[in-house]
Order: sequence, then C-alpha cells, then structure tokens
Amino acid sequence: MTEAPAEQGRRRRSIDPTDALLTVDDLQVHFPIRRGILVERQVGAVKAVDGVDLTIPRGSTVGLVGESGCGKSTFGRALLRLVEPTGGSVHFDGTDLLALDDEQMRRMRRQMQMVFQDPMASLDPRQDVESVLTEPLRAHRIEGDHRARARELLDLVGLPATALSRYPHEFSGGQRQRIGIARAIALEPQLIVADEPVSALDVSIQAQVVNLLEELQDRLGLTYLVIAHDLAVVRHIADVVAVMYLGGLVEQAASDELYAAPLHPYTKALMSAVPIPDPEVEDTRQRILLAGDLPSPAAPPPGCRFHTRCPFRQETRCDDERPQLRSVATRPPSHRVACHWAEDIDAGRIQPRASAVVEPDAS
Amino acid sequence: MTNSATGPLLDVRDLTVTFTRRGGPDTRAVDGVSFQVSPGQTLGLVGESGSGKSVTSLAVMGLLPRRSVSVEGHVYFDGDDLLTLPRDRMRDIRGRDMAMVFQDPMTSLNPVVPIGVQVTEVFERHQDMTGEAARKAAAELLDRVGIPDPGRRLKEYPHQLSGGMRQRALIAMALACRPRVLIADEPTTALDVTIQAQILELLKDLVQDTGAALIMITHDLGVVAGLCDTVHVMYAGRVVESAGRRELFAEPRHPYTGGLLASVPRLDAPRGAPLQPIPGSPTDVLSWPDGCAFAPRCPNRIDACTGAPPPLEAIGGRTLRCVNPLPTAEEVPA
Amino acid sequence: MSLSQVEAATESDQLEPGGANLRRAAWRRLRRDPVALVGFALIAMFVLVAILAPLIAPYGPRDQPGAGLITPTTIPGPSAEHWFGLDEQGRDELSRIIYGARQSLLVGVVAMLLGMAGGLVLGMLAGAFGRWVDTVVMRIVDVMLSIPGLLMAIAIAAVLGQSLTSVMIAIAVINVPIFARLLRGQMLSQRESDYVLAARSLGVRHRSIVLSHVLPNSMSPVIVQATLTLATAIIEAAALSFLGLGGADPSVPEWGRMLASTQLYLASAPHLALFPGLAIVIAALGFTLVGERLREALDPKYRR
Repeated sequence: MTEAPAEQGRRRRSIDPTDALLTVDDLQVHFPIRRGILVERQVGAVKAVDGVDLTIPRGSTVGLVGESGCGKSTFGRALLRLVEPTGGSVHFDGTDLLALDDEQMRRMRRQMQMVFQDPMASLDPRQDVESVLTEPLRAHRIEGDHRARARELLDLVGLPATALSRYPHEFSGGQRQRIGIARAIALEPQLIVADEPVSALDVSIQAQVVNLLEELQDRLGLTYLVIAHDLAVVRHIADVVAVMYLGGLVEQAASDELYAAPLHPYTKALMSAVPIPDPEVEDTRQRILLAGDLPSPAAPPPGCRFHTRCPFRQETRCDDERPQLRSVATRPPSHRVACHWAEDIDAGRIQPRASAVVEPDAS
Repeated sequence: MTNSATGPLLDVRDLTVTFTRRGGPDTRAVDGVSFQVSPGQTLGLVGESGSGKSVTSLAVMGLLPRRSVSVEGHVYFDGDDLLTLPRDRMRDIRGRDMAMVFQDPMTSLNPVVPIGVQVTEVFERHQDMTGEAARKAAAELLDRVGIPDPGRRLKEYPHQLSGGMRQRALIAMALACRPRVLIADEPTTALDVTIQAQILELLKDLVQDTGAALIMITHDLGVVAGLCDTVHVMYAGRVVESAGRRELFAEPRHPYTGGLLASVPRLDAPRGAPLQPIPGSPTDVLSWPDGCAFAPRCPNRIDACTGAPPPLEAIGGRTLRCVNPLPTAEEVPA
Repeated sequence: MSLSQVEAATESDQLEPGGANLRRAAWRRLRRDPVALVGFALIAMFVLVAILAPLIAPYGPRDQPGAGLITPTTIPGPSAEHWFGLDEQGRDELSRIIYGARQSLLVGVVAMLLGMAGGLVLGMLAGAFGRWVDTVVMRIVDVMLSIPGLLMAIAIAAVLGQSLTSVMIAIAVINVPIFARLLRGQMLSQRESDYVLAARSLGVRHRSIVLSHVLPNSMSPVIVQATLTLATAIIEAAALSFLGLGGADPSVPEWGRMLASTQLYLASAPHLALFPGLAIVIAALGFTLVGERLREALDPKYRR
C-alpha cells in the first residue's frame, strides 16, 4: 500500500461552528446498583455520565479526552443509543434521538456509526470481510451490487480486494482497524464516533490510521467525535477538544488553544504527565502530579468532582459548590472551563501545592 | 562480586531465543542481542510488538518455559552465566538480586491472596523473615512505594486496589529484597497517563535511592526520553540501534528509529502536517539471514539491504545495524 | 508479549494464510494430537464393531454353543474357542459384547441428540430473549439440576415402563439442563462482545444478530459437550439396564445388564464382569478423550 505524499501545512477545511450536526444537552447515563435477595432494589447509581453538554459542528472533529473511568466511552455509546441515556437530550441534525422508537432508531443508525477500539473484538471471527462489509447494506436493504461496494470500501481504506474472502484473524491489527473503518463508512454516515481508534495499535501503525481517518473525512465530508486518552493524537486530529473527568466536562476549547493554555488543574496535570520523546524537554519540564486515585463514579465527591485530588484546591467553594463550564475573561469565549478559581490560577495568583510539583532534575 | 568496580553489573552477550513448534518452522524471537547495564544506570529496550523485547527480559530472568524454547548466548551477572545455572540457584537470584515488574498488575498478582501476604512471602523466601518482622517490613515497603494507609492495605485483595496501586504493590514486591537489577516490562502501558507519571517518578526515585540498575522495556519513546540513560532499539529480534538517549533523540541514524520518532504526534510540536507513518506493518518482515528485516518498510532501502544482513557496527559511542543510515547533521547536503 | 502469551506462542500454530476457517484450524490441530488420535481410534473401533456386528461376531447373541459345559460351579472363562469365555447360559461372551455395542451406541447417540435438542431450544430461548424468559427457563433448569441425575433417570424410566425408549428419554431429560445452561451462558457472554455491539450500531436487526452472530459463536462448547455427553450417556444407559430398567427381553445383550446378571458369579467367573465393564469404559473413554481435546483445540486462548 502506498502512502499519499505528505502535504505541507494544515488541512484546509471550512467549518461553521453554528451549524451543529449533533447537540447534546445535560446528558446523563446512570447505571443502577441493585441489591436484594428475593427482590432487587436500587440502592445507588454509578454516574458514568453526569450532565454533559456538547455541540459537534458539521464537518468538524471534536476530541473527547479523559482517563479510564471518566465516562467518555459510555458517553460515545450513549450518543448512538447503544447504551440508553437516563437523562438529558441528544439532537442529531434536528431530530430528537431519545424520542425515536426502536425501529426508527435502527433506521437512524445509517447516519451515525462507530469505530471501536479493539479491532479483533469488534469483528465477528466467523465472518469473512465481504460479509462484514455487506452486512450493513443488507440490514438496511440497500440496493445495488454489494460486492462492488465492498470492493470500493476496501479501496477507500487501502486494502486489496483479495481481503474479501479472508477472515479477521488473518490480518494484522492495523488492517483489522481499516476493515472496521470500512464497515463504518459503508452506509455513508454523517457522523462517526471513534472510540479509541488507535490505542490498540502499534505506534508505527497509529499514524497510518490517523492519516486514513483524516483523509476519509476530507473525501467523504464526515464529522468525527474522537474519544481517546492519548492527548497527542487527539490534539493532532481534533479541531475542538473537551476534557472529561468523572462523568463531567472540566474544560473545552479549540485544539491549539487548549494545548497552549490549559486552564483547568486537571488538564494541566494531564498535559504535564504526557511523556514527550525529547530528552531536553523531559529534563527541564515541571510536572504536576496528582495524588491518589480516581474516586468511584458511584460516589462522586461533592462540589467540584476534582477537588479531592486538585493541587490548586482552595478552602472555599471547591468542596461544596459544583462549578459550571464557563468562559474566562482573558481567553477566547469558546474556551470554557469548570473551575471556580480559573482566572487566579491562570494569572499565577494561586500556586499548586509544593508536594504536587516535581521539579526538573538538577543534572 | 563483580570483577571490577566499574564493570557492568549485567552483561548480556549474543542472547538468542528460539521457539520450536511441532510441525512448523522455528521462530527466532531474539537474535544475538547484547547489552550491558551498570549499577544506578537505566537502560531502555524499545520496540513494537514482535521486536522480541519482552522475550529478552524473560530470557534474562530465566522465566521462559523449558519446553520448545532454546536459549543460547550468555547472561553474565556477578561473574556467573545465568543461563548455565541450576534452577535452584536461579530461583535464589530471582527475587533477591534480580526482580521483574510486569505489564498487567491484575494477572501478575494472585487474586485470592491478600496483598500483604504476597509481599511478606518475598521477605520470607529470600530474607528468612517471619511473622511480625515480615509484616512490618511489608508495611514499610508499601509506604515507600506511595500506597496510603499501608497497614490496612496489607489485608486487602488485589481487586480492591486500583490499577495504579496494584502496580505499586508489584513494584514493592520486586524491590522487597533490594535487588541490584530491576527489569520493568511495560509497567505503565496499561495505566492512565497521570498514574503513569506517578509510577515513573517512583521508579526514578527508587533507582536513585537503591542504586539498582533498571532495564525499562517499552514502546513509548516519551517514557524512554525521560527515564533512560541508554536506549536500545529492537526490531524483529535484533538490536538495530543503540545510543545514549540524548544522542539517539537528537540524531537518530537508523531509519526505523527515525520513522518511529516522526510518526508519533508530539504534544509540544505545531500541529498541522499529516503524520509520517512507517508504511506496512510490523509483520512485513524479511528474515534476518536474508537481509535487513526492516527493508520491506524502509524508505532508505538500497539493493545491499536485501542481499545480506547488515552487521552491527560501533560508530562513535553508538551501535548501528544499517548499511544506509539516515544522514547526520554534517552529512545533510546544504 | 507477556509470559502467558509466550507460553501460548510455544503451543499454538502459525497463522494459515488464505481463507482458513477456525474450525478447520482446530481440526488440523486435533489430527496431530496423539491423545485425540487414540480417542478417535477407540470411537472408530466401537462404531465399527456395532455396525458390523453380524459379520464379525462368531455366534449369534442368543446362541448357546456351550450350554453343555455349564455347571453350577463352573462357567468356562476365556479359551481358544471362546475368546471372552461363556456366560452363565452358555452363550459366547465375545459375541454378546459385540452385539451389546449396538445397544450402547444407539442409546448413547439418540439420548444425546434428544437431550441436546431439548437443551438447545431452552438455552436459545433464554439466551435470545433474556429478562423474564431467561429467568423462567433458568429456574426450570435449576430445578432439574437439583435432582440427582441418575435418580431422576431411574424415576422417569420406571414411570415410562421398561423399554429401550424410556431409557433413551430418561437420559435425554437429565442432559437437557446441561446443554441449556451451557448455550445460554455462551450466548449471554457473546451478547456482551464488541462485535455484537458493532452489529447493533450498524442497525442490524436483533433477530439477525442472534442467528448470524451470537449463535454460531456459541456453538463450540456445545459441540464439546455433545461428545462428552455421549460418553456419559453410554455409562448412564449401562447403569439403567444394570438396575433392570431398559429393554424387557433379558436375552438381548446389553452391557449394563450383562454386568447385573453376573453378580452371583463374581467369585467363580470374574470374566463375566470384566469384559462388559471394560467395554463400557473403553467406549466412554474414546468419546471423553476426543471431547477433552476438542475443547482445548477450540479454546480461543490458543487461537490468535
């Protein structure tokens, strides 16, 4: 497979931020915890997604980053109603998804597809590639030559036509992910939710798949929600990035803006934790380390969910008042952060606790 | 004791590991790998899947299954060749002088035994401590690795701890007897990035305190950049480049190293241009005896690459296995 | 690679290029497994003996060539004339063992198939529909499993009357819950997998997902269980006829009943217990060996 010659400079895409393809309002996904011997009662809930607002403009790529347990995967699935939201609303191109019945939703799925993290697990080991690619066509009774369409899809993702008769286990991880992507675009959807699309792949293959996703977006006019924990990959591919922690968004901004000037303490810690393949940088950077572990989503801390681990925590407001996403005077209005003290932290008036900061080595 | 005060603590020479299979061809997972590491030094073994980096560490620790596996070469530690030692002596060395931390803490810990018991077990086995003394030592160790409330944690089971805590417990077990060599095989790959940062800081501190030698196996170049003194890059079972970390990152010579560095998006670099991936996949290999295993994917490939395997050469402080390496700064035409 | 992956790599096969099915790969592995080959050989022997009985047995099952040699104290054991000796009625033991294979094979296969069919229907209902259907079906299965198998088989066979059919039905019934629970468990776990989620996200209908995805991927352990159930069915059939249930005609050879009728003669004619017992063990062993190896061969851990 030959790669297209590397292009210089940014990809030129025109995105109208007011033309929203997907609008999410106060989405909640709570999983009940049931206990009981004969009759089960609900004693609590795991608040995997606890009030998230998000808008995805047509043609753009929105990145959702966070660590394990933050609820980003659940959020992605809830958007497509693969997991049922327990509150809030999801509007796709004007249609209220939560108001659709099963059959209507099934038909709606043509418009929105998902690419999964583990390419081996998301392909039926007993299905050959042709079947994998034509199954969506059959499910929606699409007319035309299915095999030709399958060949076309393989071509779009850079796989040879001989792949049609093969089975998933005969391919490498990167190739399997391409098959998964081909399957996702088979129905010509408008939106693709990519849940950790490259994290299960070898490093040298990740770049191939990232490039493929970008190329497909340009060619087919797709809109992406990329969910990942790898900040560097998300920064590269996304126009807007939202950071999620324990079920809620803590910061959201244009990609460059977020990485240049993170405001939320969690985002700062996240960025400083990412290893950079450059010894000079690694030796001289200051790291903000978080203490302890993620609290349980069944019992999120009161007030700001992050306050139990926050290196910038203050005496007032942090432990009893939950901060809302808001813009900050010194930053563009599209940069929003959920922190009571964001301005003070940004200006340097509030410093992190000394125990949380790791200074560069003297050597 | 070591032969000379400045000699390497662990000296691996020409390590070769071959897997044999019934009715199939042999696989050479590791092919003539050599490296040395001295006390207080950190060595990085970098590679992707199929590079042989994990198998190398398992071979050094003597943890490979006996059946269908043949290990050749020499692993000199403290004057002994570990590959020739009888099993009980190897068991003594393992845990006491050499220890290993694995990738997945959940499968490396016994799920039905409390953490405390697993840690005290190490003390009992290698230092003949029992009962209260062992428990006290275990609690201190858990505290040292940053597990809060260690007295209570001793009684907990692995599934009650988070991933980061479990990994710390594993590190505690590995360090219980103050080993002189610690091998960490992708210890943070399964962990979140903020936890990873904590664990890497911990490893750095511990290595500094105890003066142990650390062999870090990873695919993450960022981790290597921050942690390791020397770096060995492996591909298809052989070392293709090794250098001090500053030299390697400033000026990678092997096209594979260069390709890896170019294909990884960096948090601090301007975004925009498409990534430069390495074409093909790690399974597109040429067998080493037939030429350079990386040739099918190499942008610098010339005819000589597919005729004979390139030899490992030492060039100014680094070793390189390539007949057409990337140009150095001086060689780039103006 | 982790340690467990290293171990798997030393035992598993290389990937085959070209459209190889997973089952075919497992089959190939099985063909080379010495234990499985022994099992296959035993099964083959058992089946061939049963099918070719009239051709290979030296005497008919009811013939009494040695009637004159029987005395109250002596029943002749193995000799050149009669390799397995004579039974208490002067019949050739070897011939009776050979003909007995027919009975065992018939009962074993039919009972297993009936049990599997019943179990699969229940399991599919529970696995496909879930929720209350699942609860109801599983409670029924639980009740069935809580009664000791053999006891239940005895009760059923006794109620249905003494015949071969009642034995087959009885054994089938006690094996239904095993298959039901197995299939249901497999289906439930397959339903959680990513590829089912992917099919849902594509808009594939629920029925298609169950029939084309979940069910085919759930069948491997069922096939393994089928071979193992064959083995136990043979033993259970023998047990039931040992107890006097089963075909009414005592002259029809059946290994279990042959064992039962030797109780009086154990001290003086141990060969009468040895050969039927051995036959039962060997027949069951063949299926057990193959079944166990099949389970390993189909185990996804050893596939890549």
